[in-house]
Parts: sequence; structure tokens; C-alpha cells
Amino acid sequence: MIRYIVRRLLWLAFVLFVISVLTFLIFFVMPPSDPAVNFAGRAPREETITAVREQFGLDRPVPVQYGLFVKRFFLGDEYGWPGFGFSFTTRTPIRDSLLPRAWVTAQLAIGASIVWLVVGVPIGIVSALKRHTMVDRAAMGFALFGVSAPVFWLGLVSLFIFWQKLGISPGTGYVAFSSDPVGWATHFWLPWVVLALLYAAFYARIVRGNMLEVMAEDYIRTARAKGLSERRVVFKHGLRSSLTPIVTLYGLDLGLLLGGAIVTESVFNIPGLGPYTISAVFRGDLPVVVAVTIFGAFAVVLLTLIVDIVYAYLDPRVRYT
Amino acid sequence: MTFSSSGSRISPLLEVRDLKVHFDTSDGVVKAVDGVSLRLGERQRLGVVGESGSGKSVTFLTVMGLITRKDATIEGEVLFRGQDLLALSAEEMRHIRGKEMAMIFQDPISSLHPLFRVGDQIAEAILAHEKVSKRAANTRAVEMLAKVGIPQPNERARQYPHEFSGGMRQRAMIAMGLCLNPDLLIADEPTTALDVTVQAQILGLIDQLRDEFGTAVVMITHDLGVVAEHTDNVQVMYAGRVAEYGTREHIYHGSHHPYTWGLMQSISRLDENVERLHPIVGSPPSLIFVPPGCPFHPRCPYRFAPCDREIPPLVEEEVGHRSACHLALEDKKRIFAQEVVVSP
Repeated sequence: MIRYIVRRLLWLAFVLFVISVLTFLIFFVMPPSDPAVNFAGRAPREETITAVREQFGLDRPVPVQYGLFVKRFFLGDEYGWPGFGFSFTTRTPIRDSLLPRAWVTAQLAIGASIVWLVVGVPIGIVSALKRHTMVDRAAMGFALFGVSAPVFWLGLVSLFIFWQKLGISPGTGYVAFSSDPVGWATHFWLPWVVLALLYAAFYARIVRGNMLEVMAEDYIRTARAKGLSERRVVFKHGLRSSLTPIVTLYGLDLGLLLGGAIVTESVFNIPGLGPYTISAVFRGDLPVVVAVTIFGAFAVVLLTLIVDIVYAYLDPRVRYT
Repeated sequence: MTFSSSGSRISPLLEVRDLKVHFDTSDGVVKAVDGVSLRLGERQRLGVVGESGSGKSVTFLTVMGLITRKDATIEGEVLFRGQDLLALSAEEMRHIRGKEMAMIFQDPISSLHPLFRVGDQIAEAILAHEKVSKRAANTRAVEMLAKVGIPQPNERARQYPHEFSGGMRQRAMIAMGLCLNPDLLIADEPTTALDVTVQAQILGLIDQLRDEFGTAVVMITHDLGVVAEHTDNVQVMYAGRVAEYGTREHIYHGSHHPYTWGLMQSISRLDENVERLHPIVGSPPSLIFVPPGCPFHPRCPYRFAPCDREIPPLVEEEVGHRSACHLALEDKKRIFAQEVVVSP
């Protein structure tokens, strides 16, 4: 098991290395615009641009720049650890704006992921057990709606209903838990539900499919042949096999969301990574884009690692392989 | 007839009367079992033989209550010690299943749950029927593993099915089936998925445990050769019906049904210099559109006038030997002696 984890960690390091090189190359070698020109102000003189290039090391060879970038990342820069560098557009250290935003996104993503598990998994189970009944049809109708409804539309409609009409949502924005726990919860519940709906619908369908497949397995027949109660057959033998693949899916989805839920964050005016990334892309703020990309990649790769370890624990057949 | 210890005359252990199991599918009604009757006494061994789709598995899955009225239209009676199992509630049936009668299946890798330890899966069967501690159930699971010939049962109980070989898995299945000392063990093709060398061991084990536990055994198989040495009576099934029933002697030394003859000629034997095997021509009939008359007549080399019109009744022509065939008894005897190549 230890060897397995070590091997996965080495793999994680390798993947992050490749991703960082790729993002670095894409954004520094083939920039849509020259960062130094952007930074130097309106109608800059040639000397100013050159001075900016030298100040930020943009005149040095790309491998050296990459080396400095990696060194800053690991050893930290003048703004703290990990060193993400300095934004050419906002002229502020990236670390101070990225980490709080990552934390806001994490709250949105984790909250929503709990909602979609709590909603999606039971719906999938009930749907499978009551296959071809009205309950199943209603559940799969809901799932179709959830999968089809675009998040921006759903967000706006839900804001209209729950904020404007019913007044049970205080509207958009973000309130820190530390300053006002009640405000935190009342502001977060609607974006959690809206973001979770798509995933809940998707998970309900997957769980239903898994469950139907598993309940037709020979070992389920064996469990019944032993004289186990139907409840035990379904909820121990059936569910255990049906939910194991869900762990993989959950890890990947959560990892992806941790890199920013752009639409939900924009609709609900939540200061997460999504809007931050978008504005950085539009302004050609390359160091921010690189930092955000690497952060997002790190989230996905880390969650994948956790999933692999959890999966090895859940399914004895993949252990040590 | 069997007598209980109190001396009163009781019914046989298992009696199935005119069982019909019909599945309603979008293509039509599948008559998987269409009027099957059988009797099995305490400690008896019954071999049930037939091709895929002959209804042998469906019959016993229905006996076990693993096919219910939710899945199919079921008619007839399944009497277990005189009690009609088909009239029991799901909960009542659950207490019989696994405790009084157990079933083991063809493919032991897919029949064991891949994510649970083998010992726990056996202990679970004990805990489902007896109020004992988990520790006691685990101890008994290990004892059962030892009984079915699994070395180092303590370690093995903590392993997962994928760490077992095919033969070991089937031994574990047998341990699971017999851990509550049931009166009836139904083995559905228990050796089909195993290596030939392991097959004999498993059949030997089932025989040995039957002697030790006093369990009646139903051995479902498509291979007459498999049950030859491991059964008292044989029931040959075809297209959801009984083609022939008799003692092992009757079936192997004087069978009366052309389908049984076909099965015998398709057994491969190593001790005989057979030029080639004689497969039964054609394939098993559709269970939706069963041929009129005798369902075997399209494949039968001995068919004559009544075969495609009248369904032959199951007639007892010798004591304890029944067959469903229009041929006259003398013809059956003559053909068997002259044409069916069998030497025991």
C-alpha cells in the first residue's frame, strides 16, 4: 500500500511538471500580446518597454524564466509561499488574490458536491429499485431536466423565484463564515443547489444504471439464496458495488470544480476563481492565467490521487497494482 | 416412503407438482417450465439433466424462491416437507432459504461478492438465520472452510474471492451453502466453470459432505457423464418438461427416451475407441413457440405418426422409471440395446 501511494505521488509530481511546462510555453512563448508592452502604460517608449522586460526577467531565455518560475513557486517570492508571482495588470501579488478566491470556490464546490451526493444518489437508488414505475419516471424526468437546464439560466430563474418573488434568498454575493455564519449559509444555499442540480441529475442516472447492473449480478442472487433480507441484499451487497465507481466520478468532478465554477460564480456574484480567471484571460494577465491553471491542475491531480487511494481501499482487487 | 422419527408417515422432503413457470416477455410468453413434477426423499441424490433452456435451473430457482410471482407466472405446487412454498410470504420463504435449503451456482467467481471477505460472506449466512455473535459466526465460517478442504482456513477466511482459485471458490460456495446444515442442497452446474481435474474433487466433496451432514442433493447439469457416479435418480428435462425419470440404473443401462440416448451418445469417453461423438442434430426449441406434439420430435430420429400431433404423457412403464415418448416399450428396449452405444 505504501509503495502504491509513493508511486502515485511520483506520478502526481510528473503530471504537474508536464502541465506547468505546457502552460508556461503556451502563455509565455506564444502570447497574444506582449506583457511588457501592456505593463509599460499607454503609448510607451521603447526604453520603457525594455526596462520593464528587464525588471520582470522577460528578456531572459525561456528555460531560465521557467526555472525562475519553478524556483519562486517552491521557495516562495517576496509576497510569501507558494510564490505565484506578480500580476502585470493589477500590479499586485497573485498569491494574495488567488488563495482567498480559491477558498471561496472551495466552499461553493464542496457545499454543492454534498448537495448533489445527498440528492442524486438516493434518487438513483430509488429509481433503480422502482424501475418502470411512476417514481422511476418522475426521477428520470427530473434527471433529464437537471442535465438539460443550463446553469446560467437556472441560476437566473432561481434568483428570480427565490430572491425576487419569495424572498427566501438574500440575493447574490458572498459573506464570510467567520464574519456572519447565518449570512454565509443563506447566501450559499441557492448557488449550492443550482450548481448541484446538474451533477445530482447526472449522478442519479449513473447510480440508477450501476444499481440495475449490479442487482442482476450472480452474487446478488447468492446473497438472496443465503436468505438475507431484501434490505440487506440491496443496501449492503448492491449499494456497495454500485457506489464504488461513484467515488472516482466524485473526485474528478470536485477536482474540476475547485479550479473555478465560472458560470455559477458569475451569476451569483461570488468572488471565486472563475470570474478571476476569465478577467485575467481577457486582460492578457499571463502570470495570473498560469497560476490559476496550475492551481486547477493541482486540484484535479490531487483529487485523483485521493480517489485512487480510496478506491484501492474500497475495492480489494485493485490493491497494490 | 419416508417416516419421521415419531413414526407418522410424512411427505417426501421435496415434491414438485405440475410446476409451470412462464415469463411474459415482449416477444411472447416464454414457457421455461411447463408442467414439471418431481419427488426427492431425505438424503437422496437427484441428477437433473438437460441442455441450456430445458428449464432445469428455472425449476430450482423457483423452488428456492429466487424466481417469484413478481418475475413470472407460476402455477403448480412446490411442497417442502408437505408445506407449499409457493404459498409462503417473502419473509417466511427467506427463513427457509439458506437455512433449510441452499443453492450453489455455476460460476463461483461471479457468485461470490468481490468486495467482501470470504469468511464474512459465510458468517453473514449464519447471522441471517441464527442469533449468534459475530465472533461465533466467524469461527463457524472458518470451521466450514476447513471442512470443505480449504487449507489454512483462518487466513483464507480473511481473503477476498479474487485471491482464491476456481476450485477453492466453489469450495467456499459449498461451505456457505452447508454452514447452516440444510436438508437440501441444490447444486446448479457446480463444476461447469471448473477445470476437469477440479471437477472430480468438487463432486467428491459434495458426496462426502452429503454423507456427513445427511443433506439431500439436487445436481443440475447438462452433462450426463458428470452425474453418473454421483446420483441415485436422474431426471432428464427437455423444453421445460420432464422427458424421462428413473434410477441411475434405468438411465444408464436402459433409458427409454430418444433425447436421453442423444445425451448419452454425446458424452465423450476416454476409455473407448469412439470414432467421433454423435451430437444431437438441431438445437433446443424456442420456448415461446414450442413445437406441437412432442417438443423433441423435430430432432428425433425415431419420430413417427403421432409425434408431431400428440404430446406424449409421462408414463411409468417400469417401476420407478417414467418416460414421455410415443415409442412402444419393446421398441425403446430394442433401440437402446442395438443402437445406443454405452458400456458402463
